[in-house]
Order: sequence, then C-alpha cells, then structure tokens
Amino acid sequence: MFDFLHRIASLCRKELLAIFKDPANRVILVFPSLIESFLFGYAATYDLTNVPYALLDQNRGAISTELIARLDGTVIFHRVATLQTQSDIARVIESGDALLVIQIGPRFEEQLNAGESAPVQLILDARNSNTAGSAVGYISAVVDSFNVARVSMVSGAGPPLIIETRAWYNPNLETRWNLLPGLIASLSMIQALMLAALSVARERENGTFDQLLVTPYSPIEIMIGKAIPTIMIGLMQSTIVLMVALFWFKIPMAGSLVTLYIGLTLFTMASVGLGLSISAVSANMQQAMLYTFLLIMPLILLSGLATPVRNMPQILQIVTLANPLRFAIDLVQRVYLEGVGLLTVIHDVIPLLIISGITLPLAAWLFRNRLL
Amino acid sequence: MNRAAPALIASAIHKRFLIKETGKTVHAVTDISLEVQTGSLTALVGPDGAGKTTLLRMAAGLMKADEGTLQVLGIDVTADPQAVQDRISYMPQRFGLYDDLSVQENLDLYADLHGVTQAMRKERYARLLEMTHLARFTDRPAGKLSGGMKQKLGLACTLVRSPELLLLDEPTVGVDPLSRRELWEIVQQMIDDERLTVLVSTAYLDEAERCARVFVLHEGKMLAEGTPGDIRQRALNLCYVATPAADQPPRVLQARLLDDAGSIIDAVPQGGAVRFIRRHEVDQQRLDALLDGALVAAVEARLEDGFMVLLREQHDLEPLDTEVLETAHHPKVEAEGDTNEVIIEVRNLVRKFGDFTAVDNISFSVRRGEIFGLLGPNGAGKTTTFRMLCGLLPASSGFLEVAGFNLRHARAVARRNIGYVSQKFALYGDLSVTENLEFFGSAYGLYGNRLRERIGIVMRQFDLKGKEVSPSGQLPGGFKQRLAMAVALLHEPAVLFLDEPTSGTDPQRRREFWRRITALSEIGTTIIITTHFMEEAEYCDRIVIQDAGKLLALGTPGEVRAQAHGKDSPLDMEEAFISIVGQSRQNNGNGPLAKETRP
Amino acid sequence: MRVTKAISDNKEYNSFWSRLVSLTRKEIRQLLRERSNLAVGIGLPILMILIFGYGLSLDVKDAPIAVVLEDPSPMAADVVAGLELSAYISPIMMTSMHEAQRLMLAREVDGIVQIPSDFSRRLAAGNAQIQLLVHGSEASRATIVRNYINGALSQWALRQADRGTKGSAAAGTITVAERMWFNAANTSTWYLVPGLIVLIMTLVGAFLTAMVMAREWERGTLEALFVSPVRPTEILLAKIIPYFMIGMLGLGMCLLAARFLFEVPMYGSLLILLVSSMLYLLVALGIGLVISSVTKNQFLACQLALISSFMPAMMLSGFLFDLRNVPTVIRLVGHALPATYFMELIRTLFLAGNVWPLIFKNCAILTGYAVLLLGLARYVTRKKLD
Repeated sequence: MFDFLHRIASLCRKELLAIFKDPANRVILVFPSLIESFLFGYAATYDLTNVPYALLDQNRGAISTELIARLDGTVIFHRVATLQTQSDIARVIESGDALLVIQIGPRFEEQLNAGESAPVQLILDARNSNTAGSAVGYISAVVDSFNVARVSMVSGAGPPLIIETRAWYNPNLETRWNLLPGLIASLSMIQALMLAALSVARERENGTFDQLLVTPYSPIEIMIGKAIPTIMIGLMQSTIVLMVALFWFKIPMAGSLVTLYIGLTLFTMASVGLGLSISAVSANMQQAMLYTFLLIMPLILLSGLATPVRNMPQILQIVTLANPLRFAIDLVQRVYLEGVGLLTVIHDVIPLLIISGITLPLAAWLFRNRLL
Repeated sequence: MNRAAPALIASAIHKRFLIKETGKTVHAVTDISLEVQTGSLTALVGPDGAGKTTLLRMAAGLMKADEGTLQVLGIDVTADPQAVQDRISYMPQRFGLYDDLSVQENLDLYADLHGVTQAMRKERYARLLEMTHLARFTDRPAGKLSGGMKQKLGLACTLVRSPELLLLDEPTVGVDPLSRRELWEIVQQMIDDERLTVLVSTAYLDEAERCARVFVLHEGKMLAEGTPGDIRQRALNLCYVATPAADQPPRVLQARLLDDAGSIIDAVPQGGAVRFIRRHEVDQQRLDALLDGALVAAVEARLEDGFMVLLREQHDLEPLDTEVLETAHHPKVEAEGDTNEVIIEVRNLVRKFGDFTAVDNISFSVRRGEIFGLLGPNGAGKTTTFRMLCGLLPASSGFLEVAGFNLRHARAVARRNIGYVSQKFALYGDLSVTENLEFFGSAYGLYGNRLRERIGIVMRQFDLKGKEVSPSGQLPGGFKQRLAMAVALLHEPAVLFLDEPTSGTDPQRRREFWRRITALSEIGTTIIITTHFMEEAEYCDRIVIQDAGKLLALGTPGEVRAQAHGKDSPLDMEEAFISIVGQSRQNNGNGPLAKETRP
Repeated sequence: MRVTKAISDNKEYNSFWSRLVSLTRKEIRQLLRERSNLAVGIGLPILMILIFGYGLSLDVKDAPIAVVLEDPSPMAADVVAGLELSAYISPIMMTSMHEAQRLMLAREVDGIVQIPSDFSRRLAAGNAQIQLLVHGSEASRATIVRNYINGALSQWALRQADRGTKGSAAAGTITVAERMWFNAANTSTWYLVPGLIVLIMTLVGAFLTAMVMAREWERGTLEALFVSPVRPTEILLAKIIPYFMIGMLGLGMCLLAARFLFEVPMYGSLLILLVSSMLYLLVALGIGLVISSVTKNQFLACQLALISSFMPAMMLSGFLFDLRNVPTVIRLVGHALPATYFMELIRTLFLAGNVWPLIFKNCAILTGYAVLLLGLARYVTRKKLD
C-alpha cells in the first residue's frame, strides 16, 4: 500500500512539474482565468446601467418636464437627443444612437388635468429584446412612482400603498453576483477538460508515453496519476476566480469554503473523467483539442450559466441532467450566495457523484483498453 | 550559365543563434567558405552540431547568414531567396510528407508546385515509382508507410523534376541498408543521366566516399576539405586489422584498444576481427601489449579513418571509467549467474494488425549477458517484435517470457526487470536531470536512501555530474542519450532494450555508446538492440535478421555472414544482410527486389 | 490540372493558378480526412443552431410567484386579481408564509408577495404595506419579476387612489405604451439566432484556422514546401479557401434555420448580408492565420484563438450582453473587436432592414480589419525558419 501511494505520488509530482515547468503552460494556467473572470465580471451583465434615449416632447408642459427630470435624475437614463418631429424617430433608433424614444403627445397635460389617463409613448430598439424589455420595466416603475406621488399630492393623503421589496441573497439584484460563482465552476472546467484531454496526446507526440508504459505502472495507475494533478489544477483555477469574486468584486460569501471545495472537487472529478476519456481515444493533440471544444460548447450553453435552465424546453432540460456543470453551477451559487450546507444541495451532490462514477471508470476502461 | 561556374559559392559565412532559455549566443557556423561544382556530388560530413543543417538551410534560403555572402546558381540567396527556391530542390532531414495524403497525392502536390507538365509527369512518375518500389503503394496514405518508404517517397517528391541543385540533409537517417542502397542508386542515376548537382550532408562516411568532394565540419568550423582520397590520406599507413584469439569476442579487444587513447585513434569490430587506427607516434611495445598476441595486418585507409583522425586532432575520446561501472552494478543474479541461463524466450510469436501479419511465427531465445541484435529492413516487423518484447504491444498469439515472467499474465512484474531506451529522446524535457531520475526511480519502486544511492551511481556511471539541474530537453545530444541510458538502468534491470540508439549519430558518438554497451554486457546485463548500422551488428553476440515478419537468419555475426555466402565469407555484414534479405524476397517473388509490374 | 496545360505566354500567371489549385486541393483533402475538423466545422454549428434556437431563452414568461394572502378581505383579493392579469407571472395562492419560503428556497417560485393580515385595516388608515420578496440567484429574472409585480401593484394603488379622490380635481394618471421596434414578437430567439452567425463564423474562421499553420510547423511539413516555387501568398490563399467554404456553409445553415425553423424575419437585403458575412469571415480567417503563424504551436494557437476571438465574440460583442451596460473600458475593448461591428450589422439587417449609414460604416470597418489582418498574416508568413 505504501509502495502504491508512493508511486502514485511520484507520478503526480512528475505531472505537476511537467505542466508548470513549461513557461507557456504557466501563462495559460493563470492568465486566461484571471482575464476572463475580470472581463466577464464586468461585461456579462443584464443589468441596465446606461440607456441613451431621445425625447420628443410635443407638450412641453410642467408635468412632462417634471417627469423627464425624474428620469434624468436616475443615473441610468441619458438623453442623447431632443427631437422636434415624429419623422426624426426612425433616424435615432435605426442608427442605434438611442435605445428608445420617449414621445409625449401635445395633449398630455390637458388629458391629465382632465382626470383622463395620458399615455407616454415609448419607441424602443428591440434588436436586443432583453435590454428593451428591461428599459420598459424601468420607465414603468419611474412613471408609477411619479403617478403615486402626484395622486397623493392631489388627494392630500399619504401614499396609498407601500411596497416593501427585498431580494434574497443579492440585495441589488446584480447579474455579476450570479455570474461569478457560475464562473468558478465553468472556467475551471474548461481548463481541467483541456489539460486532461491533452495529457496523453501530448506525451504521445513527445514520445514520452512509451517510456512511461514500460515502467511497472499499470494503465489505471497512470490514469490516477494524471487525474489527481488535473483535479488540483482545476481547483486552482476555481480558486483564482473565487479570489477575484471575493476580493475584487467584493461579492460576500455566505457559505463555508469547505463545503464549496467538496462540491468543486466532485465536479472537477467528473470533468477530468470526461477529459481523460477524450484523451484515451484521441490520436493526436489536434483531435484532443477539437473534441474537447466540441464538448465544452454544449456543456456551457446548457448549464444555466448564461440563460436559465428553466427557460429551456422540457427535452433539453432532461439532457442537462447529464451535464455536470449544470449541477456544479447550482451548487456553487447556493453555497456561495445562500450559504447552504451540503445536505441542502444534496440534489446537486448526488448527480455529480453519479456522473463522476460514470466518467472516471469510463476513462479507466478506455485507458486499459485503448492505450496498449 | 557558365560552364565552369560553381553551383554554390559560400564565402566567409557566419551564423549565430540566440538560445532563448539561456540567453546565450551559439555560433552554429563560423567563417565557412566552400564551393560546390556543377554536375558533381559533394558531401558535408561532421559530428552532431557541426553546422551541416544550418548551412544547407542557408543555401535553401530558409535562413539568413549573419555575415558573408552565399551565391547559389549565381544568385545572392540572401537577397532573393525565391529566385533560388524556384530552381533548386531540397530534402530536409525530416521530410514533411502529408501523412493523410496518399503517395500519389503527395507526388502530385510537389509536381504541381514545381510546375511539372502532364506530359513530363507520366514518364517521370513511372521512373520514380519504379526506382523507389512504391508503385504498388500509390493509394496508401503516406502516414502508413514504413520509415524507409517514407524517406524514399520524400526523395521522389524532391526529384519530381530535375533541379539545378539538389540539397539533401541526411537523407538516409533511420533507413535500412537495403533502402539506403536504393536511395543512393536513385541519386547516382540522376547524377549520371541528368548531370545533377548534389550537396548532401551525412553521418555515414561510406556514403561520402562516393562524393567528388568532401567538406568536414566540426562545431561550425571547416576542419578539412578535399576529395575522399585527400581525407583518407590522413590515415595513411595507420590502419590495421587485428584478429583476436578464437575464443575471444572481438569487442573485448576493441574496447581495450579504444581505452588507450594515447596509442589508438579508433577501433571497431569488423568481420570477427578489430579494425583500428594507431597514432603516428606510438610506442610499439605498448601497442603490442594492448594487442596481446592478436594477429595484425595493415589495411587500406577508408574515408571514415581519415575522418576519425581529423576528429581526434580536435579532442580525445575520454576513456570509460570501467571501474565505476563494475563496482556500481550489483547484478542480482551473480549468485545463480549462469551465462547459459535463458532470459528471453520467444516461441511462435505472432502479431497481426487486421489481416496484415506484421510478425509471423518467430521463435528465438536470448541468454543472460548476451548482446542480441534485431536487424531487418524498415517495415520488416522488427519494431513490432521489439515493442512486444518490452511489453508495449500485446502479442496476437505465441509465447513470450522476459526474465522469467510471462508478458501475457505478469506484464507489470516483467517490466520491473527491463530497461528501455527509445529511438527518440523520450524523457520529460522540461524536467531537470535529477527530477527525471527521481521520477523514473520511484516508478520502479525505489525511494529514500536507496533511490538517492542509485541516482548517485548512475550519475557517475554515465558522466552526468554537473548537469543535475539542467532541463533534460536542453542537454546536448550525447548527454541526452546518456541520461536515457541512466534512467533505463536505474533499477538494475536484467535486460536493457535499445531501439536504434545510434540512428543519425556520428561515428565518434557511436564508439562512445558501444564502449558503454560492451562494458554493461561484461557485468551481466542482457542487451537487446536494433540498429541500421550493419557494422554495429559486429558488436553483438548474436543477431536475428527479419523481413516480412519472418525470421531469416539467427546466429553469431560470423554464422550469419556464413549463411549469406558460405564459410569464410568475404562479405561484410552489410553485404551479408542485403544478400540474405534479397534472396528471401526473390524466393517469395513479391519483394521490392523482384521485378515490379504495375497492375 | 487543365490549367497546367495552358501555353506559356503568361507563364507566371498560369503557374500561380496551378500551384494554388494544387495546394487548395491538398488542404481540402486534409480537411475532409480529419474527422475532428469536420465535427467542429460542421457538426458544432448545427448543434449550436439547435441549442440557441430551441434551448436558450432569456424571456420571462409565467414566472411562478407565491402569493401569501393572510388577509381574507375582498380588498386584498382585489390586489391579487391585478396580479393574475399579467402574462409574465403566474401567481400561486397559499396561506402560509412558511410554506412560501420553503418553495422559494427550493427555487420553485421566483418570488413571494405577502399581503399581511392587517392589510385592509392599514389601507383604510392610509399606510398599507405589501411585502415582495424575490430570489437574487437569477438577478436578471428577479429584476423583471420585481418590476412587473411592482407595476401591477402600483396600478392597483392608483386605481384605489383615484376612487378615493372621486369628484375632486382629479389627477389623471400617466400610462406607458411601448412599441418594440424590430422585434415585434419580443423574443430573444430573434436576436440570438442572427448573432449565432457571428459565433459560427468566428469558430470556423479563427478557431479552426488557428490550428492549420501551426500544425504544419509542428509536423515539419513546411520546410520542403518552402524550398519550391510556391509563394507565401499561395500557401495562405490555399488555407483560406477551404475554411472560407466551410464558413459559408455554416452561414447557409444559419440562414436556413433562421428562416424556416425559427421564422426570424429578414428585413434587410440578403445580398448585403452575404457580402458582409464574407467580409467578416475574411477578418476571422485573418485572425486565425496570424495566431497560427506567430505561435507555430497548436496548443498555444488554440488557447489564444479561444481567448482572443471566440470568447470575446460571445461575451463582448453584444451577442448576449448589451455593450451599453458595461463599464467604459470594457465597452472600448468591445468596440475594438470586429465581431461587435458585424454583430450590430447582422442584427440590423435581419431585424431592422437596410439602414444605409450603419451598413456603410460597419462594412468599411470590417473591410479595414480584413485588409489589416490578412496583410498581417501575409507579413508574418515568411519562408524562413529563423
């Protein structure tokens, strides 16, 4: 037993040395994760932060001016143009200069004072329907509160209804708070899969694989010796993203690190099993890289990272059950943001265990049957 | 073009490389001037790192000389490489065939690129395919050809048209004697028929004998130049053949001679005897003592002898510290040590790939302490046999036992008893010497003090001191090979497997290498080796020759020579080899030596 | 083949074509014989079309909301009725706050509306409160849900206030009427599918080609090729042509899928769309070839291509995330990417029509990038080993 452990440890040490002594590898194992977590932390947001709009105010009354002032008072809406005629609308929208045009009709104030309802027209560029939808929601909220204020002022009563809103685990509802925990799992998966997939092909192309095969190591031992360092590197990638989330974006972590790492280890094992399987069937590095990429795309797209799993059609939701990343993202988000324990995320832990229980033995079987 | 104008004129060329890892500048080529005469065959010879490849690449316009001028076909190649490349052909050391294209598609590609017309192609292809014996394989992907066939296809691609200058960079490395001969026939024929101008670099001195002019390079400098005769002249009256007593293997005498660098310049086994070059000023008494009564006869000098004399003037071969070797090694078997003990037993071994039989029912056995050579043309099944012996490939059927363990059932245990040195450097290049040794040591179950002790021993044994922390990938060629051997012997295996260890290495390094091998075998290590240098078969106790998966000959070098041409055969090993393989192919009527007809 | 037979009055010109044809044939053969190449070049685009078209949606529809009605009064029931009208949320009535919280923790509901037992009493007193809880683990979805519920409740409150002030100098209320231009169906499929063309072009152009030159360097196939009459331009063109064809095949698949599977309208000119796609494909090929020639190493090339072209095309081009919402620095990075301009152009062509100023501007930028990158690829591809 000691002998076995000693030999495996030595294999792992060799693998880590071989990976980290290559300067290109050192760069590739640190920088992409770092850059991507910064980039995506800033870029991957569905939150509205900047809405350029154009105003076509045909009424120019006190109320419309006050309403627009409220809008301008938010940091989100920026007026980029003040239009004179209806025919100008197409130009600013088509060119993308403005996301929306607010049109206030000539009888606006008159209608309001008559106690009628007066419409504010929004013309939106919905080439990105998501942004457009959010903008409508935002303006509606501004208008609603304006209405309430006006009504209570007129009636002299206080506000008729106070809606007390609270968001659990993400008080300001920032996309970043969801995305970065998701990246902790996804970025490490990309690197772990790629490294694992290349591990055999690289040794084959360098000619070192034969030298390894003539040693008393069995294929299974070789597989374990490749799996452990790759899992460690996968966890290292996760740690990089975790640091960025914690210390740069200052997203507070509610859960325990131990729980988080237990979950991540399980997940990385499942992905390393996949990567090693690819490795065993690839004849060269090119194949290993392309097949890995072929796998990474659907794994990420169907993981719930960018779009929620619940929005997928039923059949695809079933397909995602085979996707370890889907469970890992859920697990990390819950442990990170909600601070739950392992028992609460048992519905993620068990699938991850099952998937590792399939991919690792599959890799072992392929190692035993494909390598010699 | 002028009738007498040289095809290539280099004057005072320098080329330096910056090694990124160390930040040091290396002088690859220093002040080289040479001329290649039109219509002649010219050779560049020299040990590894002499600058041969760099020179050829500069001539091909692939690299720029830092200083000096280089004119090819009257064009300044630095200024206008494309004009030169339009007119010459170049076969790099590793000819980049497209593995996924067929033989025909590879040929077509180069014919198209060189603008060979359809009319010319017909005749040219027929001729090239016939000369290379590739006609039957036109549809086969190049990646599925054997090493020798690949090399021939590379040459064929280079020769799709008659270039005004042909540059060949070590065209015969890793090629068996048969294919080597064929390759040279093709080149020779082209020279005869088309007055081709050829500049070839080679590590085989017998190839350089054919050339009109030879340039000897060493560490980027020109050591000597002239006709092969001029170079031979340097060893004039220094060459002898010594025949040792009948019971003594020649390699023992050879080793003794080689170790006395003060008297002897070079010694190699040859046809059961030892060929050696003595120094000019040698103490006759000392020489006699060395020879120990062996029968000595003077012989003609060869180009290789002249070359060795030249190299020795540069630096001496360091005598091997055999004492270290002997004290270091504790063959576990000494007690039960019976030299007749069979250590490898092969019976009815078969290996099939699909419906192709690569190894066809072969049987042999190897005794402890033997040096056993596996010989055969490229694609003969030699590599397959070798890989089965060291457990890298399972056998389809048959019995295979190494060091008393059946490879079928006890692969892991059997592996503990073998060491393996692959043809290409196969250690982890980014890991340091010590890290490689530590890793492979623990792979074989060594650890703690025992591991440190063994590492210390092999470091001394293979002269690796001072290189402990260097990344293995950046060691010079000779060091790499010694490290590979050190790794293979770390766990004191009973059998050492060596796959073409001397391919592409110069004569000097081959001597050093074999000196170590003979010393190892003296202390009881069994050695299985493959090689394409037939002279090296002379170092072996016994050899097998394989072709088309079958075993054609088995015995001592003398016996094999006798099999080829009766007793007291005048043939040298290479001729014997060609004769045996040729005969077998003729009998089967399907080998490349048989008349080729296209279906 | 036939080309080589041509008589030699225009020799250099002819041999250029014959070499190009031959090299291109070689590239096509290699491409077709490597299954992993085809899998990524053709299989992956099909997979992505299906996943993006059918699988991914950012739209919120019928988000389940737990409504905890602790006040049995008709007034409270009236509030709830207002919620039921929305297409975006579907309220689930329950009585226990505890149960609602359990459902939310299990993420079975997206939010909780709690109407406290003293609601009607406090409403009469003029300080009624309703509590709205949303789950922040899907922030964008939670924001939308919050906005809709807020809106619905405010509407109700206004109606209430109106009723209360009946007869007096009434304050009319402002309503918001939106018109979604270019995406009447208001579905994310309409903007994801055109954007997919950008991703697939980047994939084939930059990612696959990044490996081709590097592969030849690694396998040592260039040394002999270089010492022949072949010109670097020919080598590059021969690499561009087959991957250009694969890219166009991907474009064709996307267009067909957009038209027939997802019924995305196309208001702009197909011709302009084709031309601009070709331009972008050339840009992507340029990126791939530059990376390939510079790294000379497949692994590095593959990583670099991912980081510098594919990832940004997905994350920074406005494909998923609107560039208007990102910090200035990131926006500048986004606007340095050719993918961003192609993304804008192709969405406009699909959804808005021929907006000429935008077409001219973006095509000019793409042409600039194509010339620059292909020129750079030519510059770094030299027949040199040192």
